[in-house]
Amino acid sequence: MKIRDIALARSGDKGDRATLSVIAYDLADFARLDQALTVERVRAHYRGVVRGAIERYPLPHLGAVHFVLHEALDGGVTRSLALDAHGKTLSGAILDLPLEPEPG
Amino acid sequence: MDTFRIGSGAGYSGDRIDPARELAERGRLHALVFECLAERTIALAQLRRIRDPGAGFDPLLEERMRSVLPACVMQGTTVITNMGAANPQGAGEAVIRVARALGLPRLRVAVVTGDDVLPWMQANDVPLMDSDQTVRSLDGRLVSANAYLGADALLPALRAQADVVVTGRVADPALFLAPLMHRFGWRADDWPRLGQGIVAGHLLECAAQVSGGYIADPGYVDVPGLDAVGFPLAEVRADGSFVITKLDDTGGRVDRLTCTAQLLYELEDPARYLQPDVVADFSGVTLRELAPGRVSVSGGSGGPRPEQLKVSLGYRDGFIGEGQISYAGPGARMRGELALAVLERRMEKAGLAGCEHRAELIGVNAMHGPLRGADREPYEVRLRLAVRVDTRAQAERIGQEVEALYLNGPAGGGGVTMSTREVIAVASALVPRDAVQPQCRILEL
Repeated sequence: MKIRDIALARSGDKGDRATLSVIAYDLADFARLDQALTVERVRAHYRGVVRGAIERYPLPHLGAVHFVLHEALDGGVTRSLALDAHGKTLSGAILDLPLEPEPG
Repeated sequence: MDTFRIGSGAGYSGDRIDPARELAERGRLHALVFECLAERTIALAQLRRIRDPGAGFDPLLEERMRSVLPACVMQGTTVITNMGAANPQGAGEAVIRVARALGLPRLRVAVVTGDDVLPWMQANDVPLMDSDQTVRSLDGRLVSANAYLGADALLPALRAQADVVVTGRVADPALFLAPLMHRFGWRADDWPRLGQGIVAGHLLECAAQVSGGYIADPGYVDVPGLDAVGFPLAEVRADGSFVITKLDDTGGRVDRLTCTAQLLYELEDPARYLQPDVVADFSGVTLRELAPGRVSVSGGSGGPRPEQLKVSLGYRDGFIGEGQISYAGPGARMRGELALAVLERRMEKAGLAGCEHRAELIGVNAMHGPLRGADREPYEVRLRLAVRVDTRAQAERIGQEVEALYLNGPAGGGGVTMSTREVIAVASALVPRDAVQPQCRILEL
């Protein structure tokens, strides 16, 4: 199973930082989401994209885990050379993360 | 119960107009807010104003006003917008002209200015945020400097009973907070109440993003009637708690998922959302689904407002030249990679080798870098080369080299596009409150 099976995601931009919210379809799945989305796993998943620190905010009553990804937008929307300068598509990548770490 | 009905008429400058008209006509609204200023919109508007002193406000202002003013004037709905951009006075005069052409009996427009702090920024060298430079490092390249005004700047306009309030840079949620403070008499230091008002503004400011837009993922999150997605409105009570909903017969959906996604959108620390009027705290917000399409929102709070105001600085930052070409069928990716290698050598010969650039294949690695998606063989790829250079002529050279791949590159390239644009970048700084003096001018039809 992947994140996509229990949650949706939305990302946005703030300067050179991307925000990433992952929200469980069912509030009862918050614990699984919380367990799957460690800073280490998110950092590994976005390697080559996110160059700076990662802040993590678990919000159990909203069924969400929220991240701020530093140095993720090529210098920021207004000067980035990227096709998706806002990093709007970053949300799509996290949906592909397996809920359980793969063996090995 | 006595509620204040406030709707969202736009989430960005190019947003759809039909849903705003529907809300104006059938939403029984007390206020309708159009949020149309992204970070660098003012800088771009300022450049238009330099070329044409009558320009510099939102290009869709007049069309939007023609669509909603008849209903808003008839029902007493106050219209509030930052579509003034770099020229709020010009925007106010344009609204009066639209009202006259529509044959409206009367209209009072308030123009709120004071966000433009370019002279102060040029006279006072202050540090840039997220940088080790100061404002002086932008000397000669600075185009605009606008402070984020708060709801307090809009209150005089509402007290003057304006039908339409037009302004420039105001913090987006403050456009919604101001009419709530005015209607319910919330004090400027009632931090928990103001924080909850910011929650309402934040949920509404991106329009359809809380009512079914930007969330559909077929088979996982299905959205009925996405083609006719309605814009949202809030029914706000005097204590600040509110219900988010939309018109029943519009497309989209309003539920816990849409509200949570928008609540957290572009938020950093949920407990410290810095606004000119309050440091809002979203960490205790609770959402309750009351009925299909109705979500109750409460629990927002806040603490004392920041001592300084944030300023957005627009500055010229060189040019970007870009070209794209597609390859398809067996070997598409290999041909795209060969084309990129050819371009790299041609850039070297043109003396552009050291320039900041992106060379990528759309369909393989253009979104999330080389590590994701590169292991699959796509049927088609689109080569993209974007380079930051100092002059327009250099930028044009990039597109020319991509176009030349037609006759001088790998087999079967097609569909070239090329573009050149001047970059207006945005930096941020802080300004003392006493350097910012909001003003309100009334125009009457």
